[in-house]
Amino acid sequence: MALLEVKDLQVYYGVIQALKGISFEVNEGEIVTLIGANGAGKTTTMQSIIGLIPTRGGSVIFDGHDITKTPCHKIVHLGMAQVPEGRRIFQELTVYENLLMGGFSQNDKSAVKQDIEKIYTRFPRLGERRNQIAGTLSGGEQQMLAMGRAMMSHPKLLLLDEPSMGLSPLLVDHVFEIIKDFRDDGTTVLLVEQNAGKSLAISDRAYVLELGQIVLSGTGAELAASDQVKKAYLGG
Amino acid sequence: MEFIETLLNGLSIGSTYAIIALGYTMVYGIAKMLNFAHGDVIMVGGYMIFLTMANIGNPVLGLLIAVLFCVVLGVSIEKVAYKPLRGASPLAVLITAIGVSYLLQSTAQIIFGSAPKMVVVADLGNLTIGSLTVPYYMLITLGCSVVIMVALSLFVKYTKTGRAMIAVSEDKGAAQLMGINVNAIITITFAIGSGLAAFAGFFMLMKSPSLSNTLGAMPGIKAFTAAVIGGIGSIPGAMVGGILMGIVEAISLTIPAIAPYTDAIEFLVLIVILLVRPSGILGKVRREKV
Ligand SMILES: Nc1ncnc2c1ncn2[C@@H]1O[C@H](COP(=O)(O)OP(=O)(O)O)[C@@H](O)[C@H]1O
Ligand SMILES: [Mg+2]
Repeated sequence: MALLEVKDLQVYYGVIQALKGISFEVNEGEIVTLIGANGAGKTTTMQSIIGLIPTRGGSVIFDGHDITKTPCHKIVHLGMAQVPEGRRIFQELTVYENLLMGGFSQNDKSAVKQDIEKIYTRFPRLGERRNQIAGTLSGGEQQMLAMGRAMMSHPKLLLLDEPSMGLSPLLVDHVFEIIKDFRDDGTTVLLVEQNAGKSLAISDRAYVLELGQIVLSGTGAELAASDQVKKAYLGG
Repeated sequence: MEFIETLLNGLSIGSTYAIIALGYTMVYGIAKMLNFAHGDVIMVGGYMIFLTMANIGNPVLGLLIAVLFCVVLGVSIEKVAYKPLRGASPLAVLITAIGVSYLLQSTAQIIFGSAPKMVVVADLGNLTIGSLTVPYYMLITLGCSVVIMVALSLFVKYTKTGRAMIAVSEDKGAAQLMGINVNAIITITFAIGSGLAAFAGFFMLMKSPSLSNTLGAMPGIKAFTAAVIGGIGSIPGAMVGGILMGIVEAISLTIPAIAPYTDAIEFLVLIVILLVRPSGILGKVRREKV
């Protein structure tokens, strides 16, 4: 059984239909990527899966639970986390406090403290800046913080919405390394990216989203080799 | 000596404003709405103190009952009147809040009549040190307010719920992604704000025993002004703004030439501060999210 099963998902903004019935699945242990141009509906998909945007049709099954109408905070408690588009770290809180917020769904205080130490080990920059106000971090550091914060809840499924956006090429490589690490440590990943080349290279499977519909799917390698994808998303 | 007395008076008026302003600012920060009915919750608290004093005669019990009643009232107002409007236009929410304000005032008038009630909370007298004379009620007001403000600051900074409040006020969506139940946080915020309103009612009745259904109207507007002066949404801002308003008021009242215009002078302070710092003394210049 798939960890995440999205069936015929439909989302509207007012009268405009942003998702026209999309279906896909993510199996345990996979990295699955949705690629698509600006405005294709990638963020809408991510936000409606985790309950931030109401859906008008279709269903979302996560880890055996029908979460189609479940409020966001409960979905998080079920083991899903998201690094949202634009990172949305808490600018006025310190690095440490942001990580504490990430552990909000955990009840064991000392376990949360240990998890934070683990994040500092994995991202030494965050450890060095633990008492700094997060709004003053660089873009790369903020992305690390957003990813560390999301991992604080020990998610079974991590949704990443354009984690490489606005980062220098070196940092982009670093971000993709981290995503692979997360997967190797047992977290299933659903990734949304405009950087199709790099994301297809680390993906087990991928889907192409165009104007609110899935138009193509396959393994990462298959899509990277497809003419349609090459032409539209890989610049050749 | 006279100056110290004026200053203490200002601090006690100001800390009452600050306690009210905290309710405005926290609700604004978290629910992003102006709770116009907040001042009237003070008035309801006042009537609870009146009822307790008339029947049992214990001011501390009166305060306790007022706090409990106001907490239940504030949370109920939010559930019944504001929650269904979540996501509606700010104007619709504001008009609803004004409606709730009139509802509370009219209900109080129907129940208690329009003639003011005298509520002598306690005859406390004055503390005299040399030539310095300070009424005890001022010291009680100041002492309670300091404890409340310190406790609230620690609560927000060091408890899970407090930090969740900061997170919700900064980014509701991101807070939900942390697993925070935003509705629960809004309920807690209304509970705290309304409980504080009851304290403010108690302070006001200690100062002046006359109670009517408009008890909370002017202090409510002044405390809202204080919250804006301090930077709406900012907890320390509400404290600073409230104290500043109180001191301006106390000083202005001692100068015969301007004393009659004290209210106007306080609002003038608002205008001047907003001209210099449009987001208030401690308010953040918010970047719009893309
Ligand atoms: N809050 C909103 N209100 C109205 N339309 C929106 C809103 N958010 C997104 N849209 C529209 O929905 C479509 C999909 O947007 P989005 O999911 O953000 O795309 P992507 O993440 O793939 O760039 C776009 O046409 C966009 O203009
Ligand atoms: Mg997007």
